[in-house]
Amino acid sequence: MPVDRLATGCQPLGFWDGMGLWEQWGINFFPRLGDTMCRAMGGATPGGIPDWLIFAILGLAGAFAVVNVAMLGVPYVILLERKLLGRFQHRVGPNRVGFFGLLQPMADGIKLMTKEDITPRVADKLVFSLAPLVFVVPVLLMFAPLPWAPHAVLADLDVGILYIVAVTSAAEIGVFMGGWSSNNKFSLFGAMRVVALVVSYEIPLVLAIVGVVMLTGSLNLAAIVEGQRFVPNLLWQPLGFIVFMIAVSAELNRAPFDLLEADSELVSGFHTEYSGMKWGVIQIGEYAAIIGFSGIIATLFLSGWKGPAPMPGYLWFVLKMGMIISGFIWVRATIPRLRVDQIMNLGWKFLLPLALINIFVTAGEILAYPDGLPVWLIPVNFAFAAIVVAVAARLLGIQGQPRQVVPAPPVFETMASS
Amino acid sequence: MTLKTEPITVNIGPQHPSTHGVFRLRVAFDGEVIQDVEPVFGYLHRGSEKLAEERTYTQVVTLTDRLDYVAPMTSNQAYVLAVERLMGIEAPERGQYIRVMMAELMRIASHLMMIGFFLQDMGAFGTPLMYTFREREDILDLFEMVCGARITVTYMRVGGVQADLPPEFTPALERFLAKIPGQIDDLEQLLSGNEILIARTKNVGLLSAEAAINGSVTGPALRASGVDWDLRKSDPYEIYDQLEFDVPIGENGDNYDRFVLRLEEMRQSVRIVRQCKEQMPGGPHRLELPMLLRPPAGDAYGRVEAPKGELGFYLVSDGSIAPYRCAIRSPSFINLTVLRDMLIGWKLADMVTIFGSLDVNMGEVDR
Amino acid sequence: MTRRYPADDLAGKIRTRFPDAVADTAPAELYLERDRLRDVCEFLRDDEALDFRALVALNAVDYVDYFEVVYRLVSYRHNHATVLKVRVYERDEPSVPSVTSVWKGAELQEREVYDLMGVGFEGHPNLKRVFLWEGFEGHPLRRDFLLQRP
Repeated sequence: MPVDRLATGCQPLGFWDGMGLWEQWGINFFPRLGDTMCRAMGGATPGGIPDWLIFAILGLAGAFAVVNVAMLGVPYVILLERKLLGRFQHRVGPNRVGFFGLLQPMADGIKLMTKEDITPRVADKLVFSLAPLVFVVPVLLMFAPLPWAPHAVLADLDVGILYIVAVTSAAEIGVFMGGWSSNNKFSLFGAMRVVALVVSYEIPLVLAIVGVVMLTGSLNLAAIVEGQRFVPNLLWQPLGFIVFMIAVSAELNRAPFDLLEADSELVSGFHTEYSGMKWGVIQIGEYAAIIGFSGIIATLFLSGWKGPAPMPGYLWFVLKMGMIISGFIWVRATIPRLRVDQIMNLGWKFLLPLALINIFVTAGEILAYPDGLPVWLIPVNFAFAAIVVAVAARLLGIQGQPRQVVPAPPVFETMASS
Repeated sequence: MTLKTEPITVNIGPQHPSTHGVFRLRVAFDGEVIQDVEPVFGYLHRGSEKLAEERTYTQVVTLTDRLDYVAPMTSNQAYVLAVERLMGIEAPERGQYIRVMMAELMRIASHLMMIGFFLQDMGAFGTPLMYTFREREDILDLFEMVCGARITVTYMRVGGVQADLPPEFTPALERFLAKIPGQIDDLEQLLSGNEILIARTKNVGLLSAEAAINGSVTGPALRASGVDWDLRKSDPYEIYDQLEFDVPIGENGDNYDRFVLRLEEMRQSVRIVRQCKEQMPGGPHRLELPMLLRPPAGDAYGRVEAPKGELGFYLVSDGSIAPYRCAIRSPSFINLTVLRDMLIGWKLADMVTIFGSLDVNMGEVDR
Repeated sequence: MTRRYPADDLAGKIRTRFPDAVADTAPAELYLERDRLRDVCEFLRDDEALDFRALVALNAVDYVDYFEVVYRLVSYRHNHATVLKVRVYERDEPSVPSVTSVWKGAELQEREVYDLMGVGFEGHPNLKRVFLWEGFEGHPLRRDFLLQRP
């Protein structure tokens, strides 16, 4: 088994020779760490340690590193969100714990861990306890094929983007488990909404990716980044980017699609009954998904680790992720929530046609210019996207169903005759 | 094959983020669609009407603060008007001007609260609420200046107001008046053109003029349905007949109309406050009345156009120092009569917005 | 300015339709017989010239000898108002006809009066306590209900 492509930082022999230290750091967080381990184990006992053991150890080490990046990122994304929301709302945000409130996430974490973990008596205890795990594990799995920098990828899957789409939709099983097992009607409502939402938005999400994949000709995320040679895919795919951003907002249950935990309607949706660290785990899952999807958007549309100025690749990557996360927070601070039927309308009647149009147009462009798209297509693409979105919004919009007067008799007997 | 289905009954409240206090709705859902609603009241019942029977006429003013704690000034005003009508007296002109000015400031503050919470109910996470609270804070500061309290003001007295305006009030009011029109415009620009807001509010929660009148709905909810009825114009009390202002009227009676109408009413209130400030006469702010009031036996009904609707006090006197009966016609409570008809057939998400657009206050509903 | 509809005029109009409905008149208010209340209310609402389509307030007062239920009616179109009063002389189970079928706005107000004053309303679709809980003893707004039990 070729070890070098599977574990973080384990590069082929001779890869690092002649490189300066700055260049090495530009390529990887921990230059040569995996490399050294790899070589140490392989070199000390030639033929002694079997390949599968090296594979397992390096895989675990890499997984540990990547999961920790996600887990340490989550508290600071939450802090960023609270700070930014505060600014949007003429407030200061957390600033008491530590310098500029930097230790606030730690305080929150300690509070959550010391809090009593309450399980409702009528809840299905096994499923109730399992649900946060089922929710959070697929989200963490999503980080495996993310290319943080050239060659810095935990699992360089050839079907990377397909894997991510498959894995992230599994997280909703956890949501439904949590909602169902809580034995709370608000939780159930939230859980049922999320199933409807995910089923609807998975389709435009995948179809929006198709355009990018057609341009690159590969499902491998690193190859997609490499494929964006001079300009990011955003410029070739403005329509796809819009559809993907909206679909990702829905997939992440962010505003204006946060209807599964709509606090003004459903108290807090599927995690109404959760408390303590179980709630914390759900929170981690949600925000880790935001980080992960921001990474995917950066990879697919914003040319991942590449940037116009010489800066380490992972810094570019994190910078782009931060911009996208801030965008999500901005939207959350500004826009009211859509109603459930309006969300379905938007998904099926607005995003789906747009995604299909995008695929057709991209295919046409690729057929017309098989050797690479000309630069003048960029303004044309943007103008086209603007027109299509405007026309579709006018024609299809987000208007939902009108009032449904139920012919059924009144339910509460006391009000029957009034 | 038909599956047997049955509606799912959910208790919304008394502890729920968007019931604006402690209100409970038993709702039967068919999926997301509301099939039946039964409102349950009384979680904040304090027996104000009974307590009023055991207090002197002046002491009752403190009880009225606690009715609609978002708009205590107008509650004060309605009560003192009723007592004045019972005694057959009228406050001096300066007192009336101060009262009207306070009532209109209160209307702005109350409508700001409604707009903020309406948007909050719709899912705009806190931002509109914080904007509106920032502006309401200025009004509460003005109240603090005149009477020392921000919420439980107890500012109005039978025959006038408790104290004259302090000298620092007028400059502060001018600063406020210079600022607030721009802030209302900001709110309108931020909110009214929003595509999602329009999709969520237009043609949602329709209340026909016929149903509104028959259901005794008053206030902005009635006017949004297209009925031109504002007590300040139709039955002017105090000095409203000397002021120039318009009464905005809605067309459809949907959530959007109720929301936009309140924005417009705030502008008109600013106009009224400005006129009050300019026309403010000199003279006493309060009649010289004995400590214990003994109105002649009889009954009187005093009413004002409160931010939520017609707020009335029906007072019966037996000639003693305490009201024999003090019945409160609370607009929030009576506006909820039509709630059930408005909700059936809409979805869960619309329930909170329709309820929010009626703008009820639980302190006033349960009294 | 909302005009008080002259009570004598109104009483005359009612008497032509319902001769025995008006018990007494005062300058600004009208005392009605209990039994004809609903018919009179329907007439007041539907008559074009009267047009009392809104029941603004419904209160009750305990005068110890009798209960008085007060109806405040307004016509938004003609901008005039009137007050109807009904007296009930029973103490144990007083009741008046419900006007919910005439004005839906009476629904909650009648429930409130029933809850706090103990005056029943015949024909109300859902007459039960509104603020106090089921099983509460007595009706607190009656004069014989003491706040502090001896």
